Amino acid sequence: MMDWSTLGPQLLSATGQTLYMVTVTLVLAGLIGLAVGVGLYVTRRGNILQNVVVYTILNVVVNFVRPIPFIILLAALGRVTEGVVGTRLGPNAAIFAMTIGATFAVARIVEQNLMTVDPGVVEAARSMGVSRWKIITTVILAEALGPLVLGYTFLVIGITDMSAMAGAIGAGGLGDFALRLGYQRFNDEVTWAAVIVIIVLVQLVQFFGNWLARRIMRR
Amino acid sequence: MSPADTASTLVSFRDVSKVFETGNRRRRRTVTAVESVDLDIRRGEIFAVIGYSGAGKSTLVRLINGLEPVTSGFLEVAGRRVDGRSETQLAPVRRDIGMIFQQFNLFTSRTVAGNVEYPLKRAGWSAENRKARVAELLEFVGLTERAGNYPEQLSGGQKQRVGVARALATSPELLLADESTSALDPETTQEVLGLLRRVNRELGITIVLITHEMDVVRAVADRVAVMDGGRVVEVGSTAEIFAHPKAETTRKFVSSVMRTVPREDELATLRRDHPGRLVLVDVSDQNRIGEVLSAAARDGLRFEIAFGGISILQSHTFGTLTLSLDGPEDAVTRAVDALRTVTTVQEVSA
Repeated sequence: MMDWSTLGPQLLSATGQTLYMVTVTLVLAGLIGLAVGVGLYVTRRGNILQNVVVYTILNVVVNFVRPIPFIILLAALGRVTEGVVGTRLGPNAAIFAMTIGATFAVARIVEQNLMTVDPGVVEAARSMGVSRWKIITTVILAEALGPLVLGYTFLVIGITDMSAMAGAIGAGGLGDFALRLGYQRFNDEVTWAAVIVIIVLVQLVQFFGNWLARRIMRR
Repeated sequence: MSPADTASTLVSFRDVSKVFETGNRRRRRTVTAVESVDLDIRRGEIFAVIGYSGAGKSTLVRLINGLEPVTSGFLEVAGRRVDGRSETQLAPVRRDIGMIFQQFNLFTSRTVAGNVEYPLKRAGWSAENRKARVAELLEFVGLTERAGNYPEQLSGGQKQRVGVARALATSPELLLADESTSALDPETTQEVLGLLRRVNRELGITIVLITHEMDVVRAVADRVAVMDGGRVVEVGSTAEIFAHPKAETTRKFVSSVMRTVPREDELATLRRDHPGRLVLVDVSDQNRIGEVLSAAARDGLRFEIAFGGISILQSHTFGTLTLSLDGPEDAVTRAVDALRTVTTVQEVSA
């Protein structure tokens, strides 16, 4: 039988750490990825800021980072993380690596969702003499908002997954809890406790994301 | 000194060409969509540009507001140069030119009122003024009760009316209509054309309308340019074009809606059924063909109207009739001579 009087608080604090890492990464990678994704979209051939050089550079960088399995990226970035954050361990070190990994995933999701925007709508805005910056913010992003919310929701799940792997390098959180207190001690009950919390978190996020996207798209 | 200084000219093209470059660096191909076009569009008119798909008419209209940059030539709208301008420099020109599209291109994320309000927001109008202007525009297009709906809840005709309201929001001097009725059924087409006529008559807005349907030209246009292979092959008043089409393409378009001259196979039938001499006569406002024929009948002529059609366009009567003239030979000859004094007579070769 497990001693939940000590494990309980540890699970709670691990959940808190996971939420912290996921939230900060989501905000950072969400914003930087949005910028990179918009950059990919607008510089694409035929789009409003068509620029072959910029598009090719962004595209190559994204394609270079994206296929690296996160656990390897985490290890490979070790020295860089140490330089930037000051340490290779703990939640903040994990956030740095997670942000790098997630940014490029966000960029692709953003680019793909923006490509679903009807070019005719952009043309209509151009015909009104709207500046390119305003077209990006008030037409392209506004028109793609619903699918973008679903894309970001999907991403939260990916980041949660990353945070669990980061547990392996001592980032704390639910991954750390499950690995150190469950897996390494052959204690399935502890592992499954972490799994259940993650499932509940993911369900909540998915539910909220679906609700929000539905409201935006009015379907 | 610009060539379009006359107050009546709103848009003027001088030797304007548009060349598209396609393909990659190694195999560059060029397509000339618009070639050496000279055209003056006058203030206050509805000017139609007709042509088959690929004739360059859509490109031509996109040159006017710079959605496509001019490759060479001079293009001026309301005294402002459009050729050689950057996207940023074109912004003020575009604010004075409204545009509607075949696929309407409404913002799906905004309501009807939101669509109409959008250009006003970009133009920096206050919330209060925007509200009043949106109400006025929706009233004009008859969609007041649809203000809170989203585009997906509207029919095609209603969507295009929102498009018109949005295009007119900032009170432009010129409205470009790119195949604005091509996605609509015949009844809705009439509804939208009626609205465009009101925009022109009541608000005094000049309209440049692109179409591939001669019916649309006939319904609303004051003047028309016919395009073929990137060139303007004929320009004239709609009545002129319908009554006396010159270019081959124009004739084809006119006969698509006004088939008053028999085709070869129909002629064979006419010859079989009518033993007399077959002649084609033009009908116009002045000539009194019936009067001439009834006088000739008293002279011994037997005649029959075998084929043809007469129509009215911009309050001008025009058409062509195929007549079969029979009876004593000298009576027929006298009748033909009499007809020649009032109209053109063309023998139908046997």
